[in-house]
Amino acid sequence: MPRAGNSLWEVMREKGYSRRDFMQFCTFAATAAGLGTNASAAVAKAFEKKDRPPVLWLHFQECTCCSESFIRASHPMVADVLLDAISLDYDETLQAAAGHQAEKCKADVMKASAGKYILLVEGSVPTKENGVFCMIGGRTAEDILKEAAAGAAAIVAWGNCASYGCVQAAKPNPTGATAIQKLVNKPVINVPGCPPIADVMVAIVTHILMFGRMPELDSQGRPKEFYSRRVHDTCYRRPYYDAGLFVETFDDDNARKGYCLYKMGCRGPLTYNACSVTKWNGGTSYPIQSGHGCLGCSENGFWDNGPFYRHLPSFPGFGIESTADTVGLTLGAAAAVGVAAHAVSTNIRKRKLIHDQVVEAVKDTPDSKEVE
Amino acid sequence: MPSTQTYRRLYVWEMPVRLYHWLNALAIAVLAVTGYLIGRPFTVGYAQEASFQYWFGTVRFLHFMAGYVFLFNMLVRTYWGFVGNRFASWDKFIPLNRQAWRDIVEVLRIDILQTRGTGPIHIGHNRLAGLIYFVTFFIFMFQGLTGFALYGPNSHSVFGNLAAWVVPLMGSEAVVRQWHHAMLWFYVLFTLVHVYLVFYHDYVEGRGTTSSMVGGWKFEREDRLDD
Ligand code: HEM
Ligand code: HEM
Ligand code: SF4
Ligand code: SF4
Repeated sequence: MPRAGNSLWEVMREKGYSRRDFMQFCTFAATAAGLGTNASAAVAKAFEKKDRPPVLWLHFQECTCCSESFIRASHPMVADVLLDAISLDYDETLQAAAGHQAEKCKADVMKASAGKYILLVEGSVPTKENGVFCMIGGRTAEDILKEAAAGAAAIVAWGNCASYGCVQAAKPNPTGATAIQKLVNKPVINVPGCPPIADVMVAIVTHILMFGRMPELDSQGRPKEFYSRRVHDTCYRRPYYDAGLFVETFDDDNARKGYCLYKMGCRGPLTYNACSVTKWNGGTSYPIQSGHGCLGCSENGFWDNGPFYRHLPSFPGFGIESTADTVGLTLGAAAAVGVAAHAVSTNIRKRKLIHDQVVEAVKDTPDSKEVE
Repeated sequence: MPSTQTYRRLYVWEMPVRLYHWLNALAIAVLAVTGYLIGRPFTVGYAQEASFQYWFGTVRFLHFMAGYVFLFNMLVRTYWGFVGNRFASWDKFIPLNRQAWRDIVEVLRIDILQTRGTGPIHIGHNRLAGLIYFVTFFIFMFQGLTGFALYGPNSHSVFGNLAAWVVPLMGSEAVVRQWHHAMLWFYVLFTLVHVYLVFYHDYVEGRGTTSSMVGGWKFEREDRLDD
């Protein structure tokens, strides 16, 4: 049931949270939005008064890893508050309602809160074969998305699927999986990652709730706060990279010493994400800290730039083992052979011509006798 | 063939063109070697602590520095294409009329079928060479754009930001890097064929083609000087 009309504080109190819990949440929200802890009073004020907007969470072609990540946010209360108190008025994975009841609930929200609700989308939308690959309640994903997007105050694309298409869009993309931003003509907040970091997801939702507007985005629609730096820029193994100390195989001594994973295919140098700062599972670790290179999971088309355990990707059209270097080296060798053959043939075919010229020229010079 | 041949000494490549040529060749040599190392760093002795060595950082630094030389050098040459002498002029690179295309066919005949040339030989670039340099110019631009697009996040460089649009256009930095790397081989091929052809034309034409890029002078038979 849509509960729009209550402020966050009222909803929380109703759920049995204390004032202290609420203030803790406000402090988290203030820091997550980059305001610093002393802004928490202002944040609390906003959350006491402001009506809480309803939230719709749509699932299309996805694996639910974004939802799984979200419910593991490091501050348990944060996820709790967002899922429980803030309410997801519609979320196929988490809602209690089912069937017509659920669909009616969504329709009610879209009608009653037109222009106010927040739309969170997980998964890509198939566009081939009229979108039959993903249908809910007899309607295509594209249809559902467009309807919901029309009245949304803000649209968030969760994960690589909704932001870029992820694995479903990998070549040859059989379902025509398409990113959300390509289907709606409104600004979309892209939160790529497979999945995105839970704390990043929570911070973004919090930001929207708190300010009632989008966080600052980069040219690809990603919140600058979390996606403006490469994993590599803040990686603690970076000094090994600059020193040229690399892991050569996963079981060598260099791996044990924690050297840079660049030669093992680490995509950190071209991946924009907060992994090496925010880390995962409540700041416990992140892939590189656990000895595995970054796969570039928050980058457009990262599945097509494999293999993951090699720096250079396969060269398109030449099979998985080929790199730009294999192709280039072959062409280089062919050119060298061609040049050598040409040189030989020049000396055969043009010999006479050149000989005549040389003899003529030499003859014409005054001191030709000396030369001859 | 006339019995008396007098050769005239002609100043063809002005200093900025020659300077461009050798700076460019040098920058590309450095870029190709350091670029290859960035793509495939070799294994060094692992005896030292990271704090005592910086070789990979140095390789990258050299790559970026040579990248700047490459860019500005190209800009200067482009400018010179508008103010330099007629051999350096931009219109020598673009076959805009019928005659130019006929010349290209003629050069192909001389180079590939190895027939005897009939028409007058160009004093500056022949038309085919000009066209190839024109195509090369776009590949230089491609390398500069992808290079600076990758360089952007490493620096606060204005040039990096100016090329930032390349990344979304090509899809992602992985794709940009892939093609930036692949193009390394274009330079290897180009250099191989280019240097060979310079030597070849020097040999069959006998006009001092090779040294012309050093001193600027070419030599031409007077009876052929109707160009
Ligand atoms: C003839 C011209 C050039 C050649 C042959 C060349 C070659 C290469 C190669 C082979 C790589 C390694 C790519 C990989 O496997 O990851 C590379 C990387 C790179 N190049 Fe170039 N490059 C050229 C020009 C430039 C220019 C003009 C710039 C502009 C500053 C540039 C900037 C870069 C950057 C930023 C990287 C990535 C380095 C890193 O992040 O560590 N390149 N280049
Ligand atoms: C031993 C090495 C080289 C020699 C003797 C040489 C010689 C020459 C000569 C004689 C020309 C003018 C001839 C013509 O019009 O066809 C020329 C033009 C040119 N060469 Fe080279 N070259 C060398 C290496 C390179 C390298 C390594 C590169 C770059 C990869 C390069 C790039 C160019 C370009 C772009 C031009 C056109 C110049 C202009 O008009 O601005 N050259 N070279
Ligand atoms: S491990 Fe990866 S992200 Fe870290 S420094 Fe090496 S290449 Fe960069
Ligand atoms: S380190 Fe790379 S692959 Fe791993 S989660 Fe972060 S962005 Fe994704």
